[in-house]
Amino acid sequence: MVKVDGSGGNASLIKVRDLDKTYRRGGEEIHVLQGLNLDVDAGEFIAFMGPSGSGKTTLLNLLGGLDVPTRGSITVAGDEITHMSASRLTEWRARHVGFIFQMYNLIPVLTAFQNVELPLLLTKLSKAERRDHVETALSVVGLADRMTHFPRQLSGGQEQRVTIARAIVSDPTFLLCDEPTGDLDRKSADEIMALIEELVGKHSKTVLMVTHDAVVAERANTTLHLDKGVLVEGLQSGPRLTTVGGHA
Amino acid sequence: MLPKLFFGLVITLAAIFVFLLGLTILVGLLAPFFNTVPVSYNFRSIRARWTSTIVAIVGIAGTVGVFVAMLSLARGFKATMVASGSPGNALVMRAGSSSEMMGGITLETIKHLGDKTGVARDATRGALLTQDVVGVVALPLVSTGTDANVQVRGVSPNVLQIRTFVRIAQGRMFQPGLTELVVGQNASKTYAGLQLGNTITFAGGRWKVVGVFDAGGSAFDSEVWCDSTILNQILQRPSNIFQSATIHLTSPGEFQSFKDAVISDPQMNVDVVREIDYYAKQSTTMTKLITVLGSIVAIIMAVGAVFGALNTMYSAVAERGREIATMRALGFSNLNVLLSFLFEALLISIVGGLIGCLAVLPLNGLTTSTMNFQTFSNLAFAFKITFDLLLMGIVFALVMGVLGGLLPAIRASIRPVAVALRDL
Amino acid sequence: MKFARIIFANLKRKPIRLLLTLGSFAVALLLFSFLAVVRGAFILNDVASANRLIVINRTSIINLIPLSYRDKILRIPGVTYVTHYNWFGGIYQREENFFPQFVIDPENQRQVMPELVVSDDQWNAFLKDRQGAIAGAKTAERFGWKIGDRIPIKTTLYGGGAWEFNLVGIYHGKRPQDDDTQFWFRWDYFEERIPQEVKGQIGWYVLRVKDPDDAPRVAKAIDAEFLNSPNETKTETESTWIANWVKQWGNIQVLILTIGGVVFFTLLLVTGNTMAISVRERTSELAVFKAIGFSDRSVLFFVLAESITISLVGGLTGLLLAKLLMPVLAKGLSSILPILILSWGILGLGLLTALLVGLLSGLLPGLGAMRLRIVNALRRV
Repeated sequence: MVKVDGSGGNASLIKVRDLDKTYRRGGEEIHVLQGLNLDVDAGEFIAFMGPSGSGKTTLLNLLGGLDVPTRGSITVAGDEITHMSASRLTEWRARHVGFIFQMYNLIPVLTAFQNVELPLLLTKLSKAERRDHVETALSVVGLADRMTHFPRQLSGGQEQRVTIARAIVSDPTFLLCDEPTGDLDRKSADEIMALIEELVGKHSKTVLMVTHDAVVAERANTTLHLDKGVLVEGLQSGPRLTTVGGHA
Repeated sequence: MLPKLFFGLVITLAAIFVFLLGLTILVGLLAPFFNTVPVSYNFRSIRARWTSTIVAIVGIAGTVGVFVAMLSLARGFKATMVASGSPGNALVMRAGSSSEMMGGITLETIKHLGDKTGVARDATRGALLTQDVVGVVALPLVSTGTDANVQVRGVSPNVLQIRTFVRIAQGRMFQPGLTELVVGQNASKTYAGLQLGNTITFAGGRWKVVGVFDAGGSAFDSEVWCDSTILNQILQRPSNIFQSATIHLTSPGEFQSFKDAVISDPQMNVDVVREIDYYAKQSTTMTKLITVLGSIVAIIMAVGAVFGALNTMYSAVAERGREIATMRALGFSNLNVLLSFLFEALLISIVGGLIGCLAVLPLNGLTTSTMNFQTFSNLAFAFKITFDLLLMGIVFALVMGVLGGLLPAIRASIRPVAVALRDL
Repeated sequence: MKFARIIFANLKRKPIRLLLTLGSFAVALLLFSFLAVVRGAFILNDVASANRLIVINRTSIINLIPLSYRDKILRIPGVTYVTHYNWFGGIYQREENFFPQFVIDPENQRQVMPELVVSDDQWNAFLKDRQGAIAGAKTAERFGWKIGDRIPIKTTLYGGGAWEFNLVGIYHGKRPQDDDTQFWFRWDYFEERIPQEVKGQIGWYVLRVKDPDDAPRVAKAIDAEFLNSPNETKTETESTWIANWVKQWGNIQVLILTIGGVVFFTLLLVTGNTMAISVRERTSELAVFKAIGFSDRSVLFFVLAESITISLVGGLTGLLLAKLLMPVLAKGLSSILPILILSWGILGLGLLTALLVGLLSGLLPGLGAMRLRIVNALRRV
């Protein structure tokens, strides 16, 4: 279940209350997010949409502990992350979040295997255990036969699948995707979306995705619109303005 | 036969290489005049990446500076020695002596020398020659208080008429037959106790410093002169044997006929050289040492500087990949791009070279002193930076620039446009 | 170490740049070794022995002193052995073939200079042959001499002439800093051949004292003995003598330190810049590391590990090159600077310097990488 009015109970996996984020740019204050609320249960697949500059990526960064809000609280699986120290936040991120970026961001000098292994290096797993996890993750994304290839030897779609494998290899609490298909052709984009749907459907992952592509957004179970700091719920029949606590 | 062929091949290849290098430098430097890529592009690129550029410049400047400094040290040493000789003087020593200190000629031989053709004469028709005895005396240095060897030269009282560029700057000349000294201006500053009016003791004699002479920046400025007959006595040497005789000729052109006359005389077993050649030869060991050491240092530094320049230029090419691709897509040819980068490398290196030269220029004239191996005595000399040395420094910088810039420039020009554009 | 693979993978990113940076380090360390060795040759550390004194004519070393002084010196309490030398200064074939030639006193040579070792049978042969000569291993090797060769030497001192010797022995210095280039022959042969006027005089005495602490007293006593004589003496410990000799070379130290400083600074600049460039290129990657959960400090660690690896490998290469090239250099400069040693001390200092440069050059870019704000870096795409 997904709620944007702050009325979700304590059973939510992700709970956001009164989130504010303000930037200073050239003397001016820009309020990107203003009093945002969000409740997400485990297993949900949400697409965030909105025009550029609306703060979608900012929201994702805050949820993933990459950034700190100006005001408000974010609680994930019972952990309140907004007041964590930088080092604790780093540890938390390693255990709970899987990132999938638009630009793949694979390390070009490491093989697919080594790239996927990267998050596991932060754990105390033995080499054999790590190998196990990596091979599993790569099988899930269907690239087990490309383990020893370097990113430059893979197509765009394959690179993105390696990124997904890296994101799921440490079994994080939820996945954050920022325009995962933005750089791909239609066919590869379809394959990636099918994979993500599989992760949600078959493996019960929680996925929060930012996209500007309506076709991609349709794959998600819920679509939320972010428009100048305000979260709006969009129903299948089109967006309906519902207040989101704060400014209408 | 084979080694000669091989040698000849090596020389030819080296000559071709040098020629191509020079040609590349010339073309690169003149690029702004005929290249279509504007020079302003280079200037703006340099400014955008000024830290890397400064690094390359410093590397080249440092190398050029060290190179020029060391060569000017060697030049200065040699110049000091060479200045001691006059083209109009002939030096006579016993046959086979490699230096004055080894020689020994009798008073009688010297008298006969005075009778030969070409010898200049003074007002009383006496031959203008000085018979020298050279000794080394340990005196304490002003700087450290420890002893250093100073060259003490016994001369004939009329020596100033033979070594005509020497003049008494303070006090007066020594009187013949007395234990009096005249000291060179450098020696006076370097050794404790060699000031005008002082008396010092050595070899069991008490010597009074009665004058300071100016020997025009030659080795003599580091010497102490006295009466050679007296010096012979004090050093307990045979009274009629001297170590060398310096003859003033009527003109430099008379040297050959004088030498022939002396060599053909069966009673004399001596060597005759131009004074100026003798002193040039006396400097060879030290000059060689400084030049060899300095060159090794400079070459090693140059390799390092070239590496640094290569790194900078390769990074420049990599970072500007998109710009280059755009230029080529717009229609600038490979050659245009290559020349543009080559010019940039040469520009950087010339600036580095100029800075290096300017940085060491203040050293010019700075005196230092060391021990001349061949005479065992202390010699003061100065850094001598000449225009040709500075020019060599600049050329050195340009060579480093071309070695560091050519390969990256080639790489910039041949990268396939499509690849470069895709590398966004 | 599981992170080693990542670090090595990063190093191989741009092979040309890696090679050039390694090359810069190698070159700088090569230069460092060269300068240190040359400095050592001029400064002559550790060459002197604590229990030896040198006696020269007070006027200068060029002046001679009577042989008759020897017995008087021996009578001074504390003196155990006395030997004497003359500088011969001859020419072997050509002037450029210079090597030092000494007239020695066979009776006392081995007692006073025990570190210059000759085998017993060779020494006995030397004692039996009046025209015998012993050469240092370096000089013998330089000219390809073998025992039994006849060595001709011309001289213009001491009345001039052509002298010939039989090479009956070769000596080796025990320590690397000992001079292996000398040529020795016998005093009695020398005495009989030189002109009357210069007989009975030697160049300088070298003597051994029983107790090194006694040296200053003995020196004073010797000089007092010959005060006011026609040939006054000056006696110093060997180390003082060498130190004063070195001072005559002038500001060699300053020169070398200046060059060394210039090199070090330039190297720091070049490698620091290279590290900075490579870190700048990888901003988004480093951000990904941090996003995944690598701590800020671990990123600093990666950058430092890279720079230190480069500096160590490059530095060791340079030092190895120096070790290989040193014999070549020594041969070339043997007539001017006979003692060129690349000691372990120099190598150690060089390595330490390389490490320091590696650390410093990675520090600034590393700190920058550490403080990188992930959101800014990721946005830089």
